[in-house]
Amino acid sequence: MQPADALLSATSISKHFGGLAALSDVSITIRRGEIFGLIGPNGAGKTTLFNVLTGIYAADGGELIFDGKRIDGFKPHHVAQRGIARTFQNIRLFSSMTALENVMVGRHVRTRTGVLGAVLRTRRALAEERAIVQRAHELLDYCGLSARAYDLARDLPYGDQRRLEIARALATEPKLLALDEPAAGMNATETEALKTLLERIRADGITLLLIEHDMKLVMGLSHSVVVLDYGEKIAEGEPAAVQRDAKVIEAYLGGSLT
Amino acid sequence: MNFSATFGTLSSNPHWRRMAWIVIALILLAAPFLIEATLGRSWVRITDVALLFIMLALGLNIVVGFAGLLDLGYIAFFAVGAYSYALLASPQLGIHWPFLLLLPLGAAVAALFGILLGAPTLRLRGDYLAIVTLGFGEIIRVFLNNLNRPVNITNGPQGITLIDPLQMGGFSLSQSHSFAGLTFSPVHSYYFVFLVCAVLSIIISLRLENSRVGRAWMAIRDDELAASAMGINTRNVKLLAFAMGATFGGLAGALFASFQGFISPESFHLIDSIMVLCMVVLGGMGNVAGVVLGAVLLTALPEALRYIGPLQQSWFGEILVEPSDARMLLFGLALVLMMLLRPSGILPPRRRRMAPPSLVTNRATG
Amino acid sequence: MEIFAQQLVNGLVLGSIYALVALGYTMVYGILGLINFAHGDITMIGALVSITVVQLLAAAGMPAAVTLVLAGGVAMVVCVILGVSIERVAYRPLRRAPRLAPLITAIGISILLQYSAALIWGKQYIAMPELIEPTRISIAGAQLTDLQAAIFLLACLIMAGLLWFIKTSRMGRAMRATEQNPDVAGLMGVNTNTVIAFTFVLGSAIGAIAGLMVVLYYGLGHYFMGFMLGLKAFTAAVLGGIGNVAGAVLGGLLLGVIESLASGYIGDLTGGVLGSNYRDIFAFLVLVLVLVLKPSGLMGQHSGDRA
Repeated sequence: MQPADALLSATSISKHFGGLAALSDVSITIRRGEIFGLIGPNGAGKTTLFNVLTGIYAADGGELIFDGKRIDGFKPHHVAQRGIARTFQNIRLFSSMTALENVMVGRHVRTRTGVLGAVLRTRRALAEERAIVQRAHELLDYCGLSARAYDLARDLPYGDQRRLEIARALATEPKLLALDEPAAGMNATETEALKTLLERIRADGITLLLIEHDMKLVMGLSHSVVVLDYGEKIAEGEPAAVQRDAKVIEAYLGGSLT
Repeated sequence: MNFSATFGTLSSNPHWRRMAWIVIALILLAAPFLIEATLGRSWVRITDVALLFIMLALGLNIVVGFAGLLDLGYIAFFAVGAYSYALLASPQLGIHWPFLLLLPLGAAVAALFGILLGAPTLRLRGDYLAIVTLGFGEIIRVFLNNLNRPVNITNGPQGITLIDPLQMGGFSLSQSHSFAGLTFSPVHSYYFVFLVCAVLSIIISLRLENSRVGRAWMAIRDDELAASAMGINTRNVKLLAFAMGATFGGLAGALFASFQGFISPESFHLIDSIMVLCMVVLGGMGNVAGVVLGAVLLTALPEALRYIGPLQQSWFGEILVEPSDARMLLFGLALVLMMLLRPSGILPPRRRRMAPPSLVTNRATG
Repeated sequence: MEIFAQQLVNGLVLGSIYALVALGYTMVYGILGLINFAHGDITMIGALVSITVVQLLAAAGMPAAVTLVLAGGVAMVVCVILGVSIERVAYRPLRRAPRLAPLITAIGISILLQYSAALIWGKQYIAMPELIEPTRISIAGAQLTDLQAAIFLLACLIMAGLLWFIKTSRMGRAMRATEQNPDVAGLMGVNTNTVIAFTFVLGSAIGAIAGLMVVLYYGLGHYFMGFMLGLKAFTAAVLGGIGNVAGAVLGGLLLGVIESLASGYIGDLTGGVLGSNYRDIFAFLVLVLVLVLKPSGLMGQHSGDRA
């Protein structure tokens, strides 16, 4: 039975690629309002799980329930519409568009103007467009990117690109924000700023799912953690407990986790 | 002299802007007569064709420039629009419907074909999409060429003749008219019709570019997966691009049929698809002004090359290179050189229209 | 049954020619990810050059066998020079450019080749002088000439030779490595530029022979013949699995047979509505169907979304 405040329940998810089992019987439950960490050695299946949760892959087996409703086999845009937004491990911004426009694209799923409205410039279309621009500016400001609004996404420094991806994802008004290694390549200062941003996002009511290799960050932020290794769940629970779990330490080849 | 700075200050001054628009409008209205006076009537006809190509290029720009879908068979929509009009306004089937009905109908039929031809290509990308669309274009041409047996629909390679011009009541654009002391021959009259359509096409393209739909197209072009993850229904949005592009093409085709009075499958060859693609690419993909420029250049320059026939005659006493062949050689060369030297096109890929005017003069272009 | 056998034989002969041209497309696509639009036109140049050589030598009274060998040789040299130059000048600078640029460049080169040929040879059909009186052979009720049989056998020989070469030789290994992962191959000491140039050498040389075969088969050459031939050969390559050399062979033969059978039977199948004048679109239909339904082709190698 899922706890009443479960936002996302994935039950017995499995995914194969040819003969390779990328995920075997993985079950996770993310509670509303928490920060949920997903860790594991490289190749453990973390991004694969992400892709299944966000509709990019269809699971070969198992069940996905989000906000009380099944989302198995939904296409990515449908998943986004239901309220899951994500960022990518390898930053996938719209490189030829400005930072502002990138965030404006995020508003697509919550707005309606079509070809007719755009061409005829109806009052409703113009009002919606103004609202989109304004909201995009707000989100850029929220993520500390106001100064960069009119720069092309591909011209932004690396750290700003990562934050822009977050701003864009936030524009879709998600209930669950899934972040794939948001701190990758960041130095200590940037990571600290990211941590503050993520905590602020959570305080504003959005549930967070996090893949991260930066142990300090993920253990410091998360309420619950799940550890994957070779496509299987090998541990779950509170960060402190997971850190001491022998199986987890072994999976990371004998290193300590702090 | 810093051109872009001057341009920037001028364009931000509302008085100068209005003056500029009025001057441009006057020039455009007087153009056919000015051209006839300086270059002759044949060049007015070329101008008319250029206006049609502007529409075509803008249509393809939606598919290739905005949405990033490489369509090598675009001329098929032009053909569909032309044949739709021709079949319903000529002796071929004995039907003569009014143009007010047929022009939108041509556009609508083309839009339908856009969706039909676009649907199978949705999962393809890059080269493969290009080849499939090329294949579709050729399939349509072969059908147009051969649908004269067992039932004669398209009249095969001979094409359809005696197509009704744009006409209402007794007033026909295929006849000359006098007005305000000026003689409006058909090429003049059609100029104004095409001008209105071209201007509308430009306005629609610009409005689409800076809209929710336009951004969705560009997002798909830049990263389809990310676009999908952000909630964009990529299948529908791509089909919309095909449909919109096809609509422009179909309307241009219908107008072409009424203008020329005669169409055949030979007017809709692969090389014409490539020509329109080049207008888009060479002008600056996605950039509306660039595409218009590309259309004008690629219509006018080849025509200008016709003069090298008589030129060779006077220099060498014989024609060494047929003008049409020279045109193709130069075209091929231009393609190669453009891609090697300036692949983003003549005009920069996209102007950042969202930027406040004061920033326009400071930023480097490109 | 006789129609079937006849069409089958026709299809195999024609298909073997398609296969040869397809090899050029598939090797270049495998290594560069580029559809070399100009390859069909290089084949055309090979065809027209060989006609010219034959015309000259036949007029000088050379024996048929020598004439053919020389014609093929000269055509190969010309095509190889063309192919390698094009690669060096037009494709190499664009190796890291976005998808559209090399494609448009290839189209530009294709146009240049076509109209240069029109300039040199004119736009009319050019006849191939008849060198040998063809003898008719009969196989299983199908008629063909010894020339057609020779074409088929030679084509098969070349294909087998190429497959063997790629599998066993050092250069062949280098080609396969570069195709899999050019950067790593480079790190392992493979000179990728040389390998790529060599791929064009092979493709162009084989294309030249194919060109000679086409004019022997049809007796005619034309400056625009590369277009259709190229498209069909490309279809064959895709059908067999683009990037896969054995696939190109299979695809070529299969396409030839499909095209022959379809145009032979289409009148009957459609009750006279569609005739064999629809022949050309069969290749296109096959192309579209394969790309939409199974982009990796029959023998698969690269999936259909190389973007």
